[in-house]
Amino acid sequence: MLKNFFPNKIISLTNKFINNLIILLIIVLVAGVVYSLLISPPDHIQGDSVRIMYVHVPSSFIALGCFAFIGVASIINLIFKIKLIPLLAKSLAPIGFIFSLISIVTGSFWGKPTWGIWWVWDARLTSMVILLLFYIAYIFAWKFIESFEKANKVSSIIGIVGLFNLPVIKYSVDWWNTLHQPSSITLTSAPTIHYKMLIPLAIMFFSMALYSLIIFLMRYKIEVMKIKIIKKKKYK
Amino acid sequence: MLTKKVKSRIIFLVLALLLASITIFTVLKSLEENVVYFLSPSEIYNKENISLDKKIRVGGLVKKNSISRNGETVSFIITDLKNEIIVSYIGLVPNLFSEEKGVVAEGKLKDKKYFIADKILAKHDENYMPPEVKEALEKSNN
Repeated sequence: MLKNFFPNKIISLTNKFINNLIILLIIVLVAGVVYSLLISPPDHIQGDSVRIMYVHVPSSFIALGCFAFIGVASIINLIFKIKLIPLLAKSLAPIGFIFSLISIVTGSFWGKPTWGIWWVWDARLTSMVILLLFYIAYIFAWKFIESFEKANKVSSIIGIVGLFNLPVIKYSVDWWNTLHQPSSITLTSAPTIHYKMLIPLAIMFFSMALYSLIIFLMRYKIEVMKIKIIKKKKYK
Repeated sequence: MLTKKVKSRIIFLVLALLLASITIFTVLKSLEENVVYFLSPSEIYNKENISLDKKIRVGGLVKKNSISRNGETVSFIITDLKNEIIVSYIGLVPNLFSEEKGVVAEGKLKDKKYFIADKILAKHDENYMPPEVKEALEKSNN
């Protein structure tokens, strides 16, 4: 029953609220950009280049979060074979891909004025590139393998293997010497970012998460429709 | 509640994941020397038969009052608060390069205490605050 009920519910909710979500996104995004570019203070060492953080950090969070979801969904998918789950993961993949790309590019722009170099192959940066490659592999598996069953299996395996990369990204800065600085926001202790900078960071994170949600809902709707069309063709 | 098929899939996946994590752990452990981006002065000090011809990176803090400039040449001391290395470099340093801040130097060792760098990178820490907060903090510390 869950199988038939859930996607339709999500789609009807999407149709109802998507415009409200978009309006909310515009408001939050404008607030976030104004706050992070104009209101928030410069950093005591880095000056204004710290403002790149307001794009870089939320993008990285979302890139990792999306893959964590894809990985866990892949495990559940291989065990229980519920058709709804791969569609959720598949809809999320391009979002994670774009945000990991944004994270890498903005990180590079941030590296030049602070470290003095665009790119280094330290553990954090390298593991982030590996995440990007996993996204590409995952998306390509869906794109180029024609049979749904087969694509589902291959992409799930890619998702599960890629899951191992996530703790490596997260803890690379603690396990090894890296040029990238350690995390400012951790679960165990207070953030080492001043609250005047933490507020715009939180707003920007919220707006990017909202953007991801909107794109995800749109993509999910399309994926479900595709499945329905294929089913209809079969029964004709 | 779980069917036999589902159960066997779970067991298979758990075993596969366990095996994969052990493999990845050992690979990373054996690659450790390549994974670290730089060595600290103490690591260089404690390392036996270190190559003087190979390019390496040294990282740590720039020691207070150790920076001296002579024309284009910059020399300073990298410390990890236990051991120190004197670094000499010709060229421009990044904006964030300063005393008591993180630095990574790329180049070759002359000996275990002397390093000729051909690239200097600044490493910053995870603390972000406005300048006036930093000033207030320093005042209250003094």
